[in-house]
Amino acid sequence: MSAVLESFATAFRLIVHADPALVRTVALSLAVSGSACLCAAAFGLASGAWLAVARFPGQRAVLLVLDTLLALPSVVVGLAVYLLLSRSGPLGSWGILFTPAAMVIAQTILVLPIVTALARQVVADALRDGGDQLRSMGAGALASAVLMLMHERWAMATVMLIAFGRAIAEVGAVMIVGGNIDGVTRVMTTTIALETSKGDLPLALALGFVLLVVVALLNVAIALFRRGSSPLAADLR
Amino acid sequence: MTMLPASTLIALRDASVAYGAVQAVRNATMRVAQGDFIAVVGANGSGKTSLLRLLHGVVAHSGSREVLRPAGVQAMVFQRPFLLRLSVWNNLRIALWLAQPDTATALREERAEEALRRVGLVALRDRPARSLSGGEQQRLALARGWAVRPDILFLDEPTASLDPSAKNDVEALLADFAADGMTLVMSTHNLGQAKRLANRVVYMDEGRIDIDLPTADFFGSGTLGRADLFLKGKLSWSLAG
Repeated sequence: MSAVLESFATAFRLIVHADPALVRTVALSLAVSGSACLCAAAFGLASGAWLAVARFPGQRAVLLVLDTLLALPSVVVGLAVYLLLSRSGPLGSWGILFTPAAMVIAQTILVLPIVTALARQVVADALRDGGDQLRSMGAGALASAVLMLMHERWAMATVMLIAFGRAIAEVGAVMIVGGNIDGVTRVMTTTIALETSKGDLPLALALGFVLLVVVALLNVAIALFRRGSSPLAADLR
Repeated sequence: MTMLPASTLIALRDASVAYGAVQAVRNATMRVAQGDFIAVVGANGSGKTSLLRLLHGVVAHSGSREVLRPAGVQAMVFQRPFLLRLSVWNNLRIALWLAQPDTATALREERAEEALRRVGLVALRDRPARSLSGGEQQRLALARGWAVRPDILFLDEPTASLDPSAKNDVEALLADFAADGMTLVMSTHNLGQAKRLANRVVYMDEGRIDIDLPTADFFGSGTLGRADLFLKGKLSWSLAG
């Protein structure tokens, strides 16, 4: 028990004194997962809204595949991206394996189905409520999709929070394509896994605590944003 | 083929609407003419809303629906108006942008301002539309419909969930719109409202247009069969089915 308490105390000291290794790891994690979420948002929100308004042959099959991809294991994504980016792979010439760029690609693929599927569901629900009204006002499919994304922006912010939570907490994909290189591709989750295996619990605990705090802060930010306290929210009203 | 009067805006011939196995409108034949204020009345589930949607063209149908002035603008105010989670002002601006994309922005904004003044919501223009009271939301929906200068405005029970004061406000606006020459088609359960506002009454029964008469004739004839029972509030569940 005292060993655990001692680990907590050390973790607390590392955080309070902004340990450089800790800060570097947290910053890289935020950069990689944040970039992946931005990429996933650009493609996922648009394609999710489009899937909600479009009608085309094979749509049910596409939705089935999309829903299946929600359970995509991160190690499978890591393996697929590794095969693509490895020297003998089709994108080996890019030379980005074991770099943060490869980690961003892997995490984008991991969270893209989440963003797309949830955005589609939110927009489809909104259209059930107001689709007739928008059609009556002369909105075509594209205009309806854009207006519903705007209408459901708080829900979309929550979707992105869920995606960020999935990205920043995963370990399999970034471990495989990043290689967990100290100071280059070592992020919070891979450090936690490594330090735990080495028996260095304080750093692992500190990172775990930071991980939770980051997600909690994001939740608070979203809540404040929803209450319309930010200038951006006021502008959108 | 019968020639339609020049004032006709929309004509239905044997038009039907079905939702799966449910036949909501059966073989409707009617026309809407310039300057009409039609009240569509009938029991719950008689097909009033579906008839409005059919006339407006937002529902799939069989039979014929002819729009005699294809370039004419139509708008509809739904029973529960769907307002975007934006300000009152932006809801109006978007409605105008969708209806009149080629109109200059300044002119659209002028029309939005005018619509707000008309329904008395100028002071609330920056408020989130969804934070308005039920009556204010309905007035905003009317402003949104009116702002696009429609040839025909469809209204689906526009005062159904409003208190008497808000109901009076909305009725006054509708009377104003009609006085300006706008063609209105409104479904309502409120027979007094139909009598006060409309110049024609369409009575629907089990998806069929049972009666289509000038208002005075509808309320004065007293020989309308099941419609008489409806007028006297005696069309019970068992009789209605």
